[in-house]
Amino acid sequence: MSIDTVDLWIVIIGLGLGSFALRFVFLGLVGNRPLPAWVLRHLRYTAVAVLPGLVVPLVVWPAATEGSVDAPRMAAALVTLAAGYFLRNMIVAIVLGALTLYGGLAFLG
Amino acid sequence: MTTETTKSVYWQGVRDGAPFILVIVPFSLLFGVVATEAGLNVFETLTFSVLALGGAAQFTALQLLTDGAPTVIALISALAVNLRMAMYSASLTPWLGEARLGQRALAAYFTVDQSYACAIVKFEQNPGWDIPRRLSYFFGVVTPICPLWYMFTLVGALVGTAIPAGLALDFALPITFLAMIGPMLRTPAHLAAAFVSVTCALVFAVLPYNLGLLVAGLAGMMTGARIEVLLERRKDAART
Repeated sequence: MSIDTVDLWIVIIGLGLGSFALRFVFLGLVGNRPLPAWVLRHLRYTAVAVLPGLVVPLVVWPAATEGSVDAPRMAAALVTLAAGYFLRNMIVAIVLGALTLYGGLAFLG
Repeated sequence: MTTETTKSVYWQGVRDGAPFILVIVPFSLLFGVVATEAGLNVFETLTFSVLALGGAAQFTALQLLTDGAPTVIALISALAVNLRMAMYSASLTPWLGEARLGQRALAAYFTVDQSYACAIVKFEQNPGWDIPRRLSYFFGVVTPICPLWYMFTLVGALVGTAIPAGLALDFALPITFLAMIGPMLRTPAHLAAAFVSVTCALVFAVLPYNLGLLVAGLAGMMTGARIEVLLERRKDAART
């Protein structure tokens, strides 16, 4: 279905302003006031707590296969994660993951 | 090392940001293509990328609008995906909080997964860097990333449906994020945080509006912080 132009612009502008507000809230408004130790301790785990949660549904229920588990995508995800963890090199991990995905799609898909 | 000039630190940032080009180009291209397929014109698509500057949130909003979800739901869900930016903002505050307001506003706009991930690692490795060096590094990382994000959104919108589906570009985002996560898992606390996050994201996937991700993020952070305290206590106990 086609998207209503007004709805689209509400979302574009709202997402733009909202995203900036989220990015600015601490850096801009809190500034150089020191943060308590317990806040800092939680913040150390932000990325490692949010990104896996963001990725895992995309791996387990990929949109491209309408949400059913897909062997090439699952294999590519596991290879990428393992390569990133053991080799500590993001680019090598991406290349190995992409090769696994294309190899898997060629042989299985 | 305080002997490094702000210029050399800037170029260090550019070098650290450059590998992400491999990720940013296909990902923004994909957004341009998907948006065009959803009926957006070139101007709408490009404005989307410039204002939101967050691939996952942009895709979320677009997906929900295409599915005919209410406008407010599409907006809230996309903002929920971008909520991690508030956490990045808080995490960068101890390092950049003393910069001038304008610089902080600019750094806030350019806070994305990649610039945050690079900066936080580098700042922790170089606690002696002053504010100008930290900012130079941060904007160095951003330099090869954000302009290409805009440019290839535009290219994607212009080439539109000419991209073959066999490229499986849908999986560019998961692979990128997984490759970022691997090297982040440095301590048992990081591993536990990631494990709890994954578990919660799957269990709470039934929650509407992406709330499952918020639960997973909060639970993961609390787990990481808790394990860190426990490990420190055990280390102290072993010492005495």
